[in-house]
Amino acid sequence: MTTARLTLLAAAAALACGFAGPARAQEPEAVTPAHQQWSFDGVFGTYDRAALQRGFQVYKEVCAACHPVKHLAFRDLAEIGYSEDQVKGIAAQYQVTDGPNDKGEMYQRPGRPSDPIPGPFPNDQAARAAENGALPPDLSLITKAREHGPDYVYGILTGFKEAPAGFKMMPNMYYNEIFPGHQIKMPPPLTADGQVKYSDGTNPTIAQMAHDVVTFLSWAAEPTLEERHRMGFKVMLFLVIAVVVLYAAKRRVWSALH
Amino acid sequence: MAASGPGASSSRIVRWIDYRLPFVKFINHELYEYPTPRNLTYWWNFGSLAGIMLVIMIVTGIVLAMHYTPQSDLAFDSVERLMRDVNYGWLLRYLHMNGASMFFIVVYIHIFRGLYYGSYKYPRELLWMLGVVILLLMMATAFMGYVLPWGQMSYWGATVITNLFSAIPVVGNKIVTLLWGGYTVGNPTLNRFFSLHYLLPFVIVAVVGLHLIALHTHGSNNPLGIDHKGPGDTIPFHPYYTIKDMFGLGVFLLVYAGLVFYAPNLLGDPQNYIPANPLQTPPDIVPEWYFLPFYAILRSVPNKLFGVILLFSSIGVLFILPWLDTSPVRSARFRPVYKWVFWLLVIAVVALGWVGAHPPEGVYVTVGRIATIYYFLHFLVLFPLIGKLERPRPLPLSIGAAVLGRGGAAAAAESD
Repeated sequence: MTTARLTLLAAAAALACGFAGPARAQEPEAVTPAHQQWSFDGVFGTYDRAALQRGFQVYKEVCAACHPVKHLAFRDLAEIGYSEDQVKGIAAQYQVTDGPNDKGEMYQRPGRPSDPIPGPFPNDQAARAAENGALPPDLSLITKAREHGPDYVYGILTGFKEAPAGFKMMPNMYYNEIFPGHQIKMPPPLTADGQVKYSDGTNPTIAQMAHDVVTFLSWAAEPTLEERHRMGFKVMLFLVIAVVVLYAAKRRVWSALH
Repeated sequence: MAASGPGASSSRIVRWIDYRLPFVKFINHELYEYPTPRNLTYWWNFGSLAGIMLVIMIVTGIVLAMHYTPQSDLAFDSVERLMRDVNYGWLLRYLHMNGASMFFIVVYIHIFRGLYYGSYKYPRELLWMLGVVILLLMMATAFMGYVLPWGQMSYWGATVITNLFSAIPVVGNKIVTLLWGGYTVGNPTLNRFFSLHYLLPFVIVAVVGLHLIALHTHGSNNPLGIDHKGPGDTIPFHPYYTIKDMFGLGVFLLVYAGLVFYAPNLLGDPQNYIPANPLQTPPDIVPEWYFLPFYAILRSVPNKLFGVILLFSSIGVLFILPWLDTSPVRSARFRPVYKWVFWLLVIAVVALGWVGAHPPEGVYVTVGRIATIYYFLHFLVLFPLIGKLERPRPLPLSIGAAVLGRGGAAAAAESD
């Protein structure tokens, strides 16, 4: 027990109460991904609008084949620099299920800005059935749901390699130097430079596409970051002044005693 | 405002009210006439900071509850909706989330200050014990609050911690079933945790009220640990300590705001941004940082029941501390041995926190065990022993004399 992992304690405790949670297969080694430069880093960090739109394009043309962004609605895209009409246009490209109508039937209609962006599968079971049993995770919080968030996702996207000699791969798995355990079920999503055609003249190298889509996903996970940074600056400035004034007041009040 | 100054109130309305409900008289008494030692250091700021944190947590919490859905299928999404679509929802949540951490930092410093200056000794034993009750209530409240977002760490943390009660012989499993409202952590668990998470802060408010009544009965302890004897030893709370507390609050808010605005998820676990999944155990189940020392104590013994007993005893020893410490002197300033031994306890608790954050393997087990043994040794053996063997240094004659540099022992007291 002393050397047992805590998860075993949890599993044992769960078992003791008649609930069997599946035990983890093995302890995967953690790899620290290299740090990248992000426009949203730092106290004054903001999202690069052009990178966000390119990143959305990469998401839409590559990632969206398997991964949903459950917490995003079309209307949110206005924040990354699309006009109202552009948002309407993007939404209208999707078919969403609505209803029931007067006859009690569900029906399909073009998407509206207020709709959540539909995922590629109607439910998790359908996703597993289509993906060899693996469930492609929701991406709208992915950069907050992993250690080293954006660097990790970038590392995964650019970390596909040939397995080293002697490394035993399981069937239908891909070698990735960042993924814990190095075996990932996701096939390399970005395989060639120019896979996505950018309209703003940016050269779509794998590194560029990965960087853009991670910027987009970071915004998707934390759309209020810019507002937070702006307000934070004002609050800190106010507090610094308040602290100086209060310290002077304290000195003055206490000077009567000394 | 005219009536709030010292002396009799001038307003007829205030006098009319005070004759029937002596509210202004009460405020006057507690703020102006309440004698406070003139030598309190900034370590004495943390009591009022804790009170302010409690208010911030209750206010942000009440607004959060207006947008939160305590249902296991909807809870996670309702928090995300708050973060994205509610005006300043992100601010409220980050204030509340990081507020819990700031609250514990403040309270832990407050407790260690009490330990260093002997604030638990006669006649403040009940004041101290009420403080320990507040700590226990805070721990229960924080634990249940962490479950509410219904992420992976919420779910698995709840599973591990509630399972601790199954170690109790005979009735253990029944208690766990009662806590869960079923046979596993699920929707009924979330419902009752939400209900209790809303209730307990108001229980804390009530106990804080008692804590303050006990405090104002004999007044604050002070860095010298001696009683105040005359007017030269004390000053009115207002304006001296109101302004000092305000300045301290400003510095505290800078740290708090820095965390909220620039690193809101620093102290959280990324796993909690993954919705709860009963079929998938996270790689490491780790509680929030403020529970890590207790978690390390729990895991330092290979027997579950014994571990749980140690966990509760680690708080339990605090209750009986006033009777474990045999020294007649309060402040560590005049206790040449305890003054140093105190820091060993700080080191042990920090070490336990570090151990608690890591899987119980190898060096972590060894350090965890040594620190756990030391923790109990410190309270159960060193406190009674040092108090008996140590020769305290002479105490100053009065606070006033010590502060103003008169009297023989006073100079020595100030120099350390």
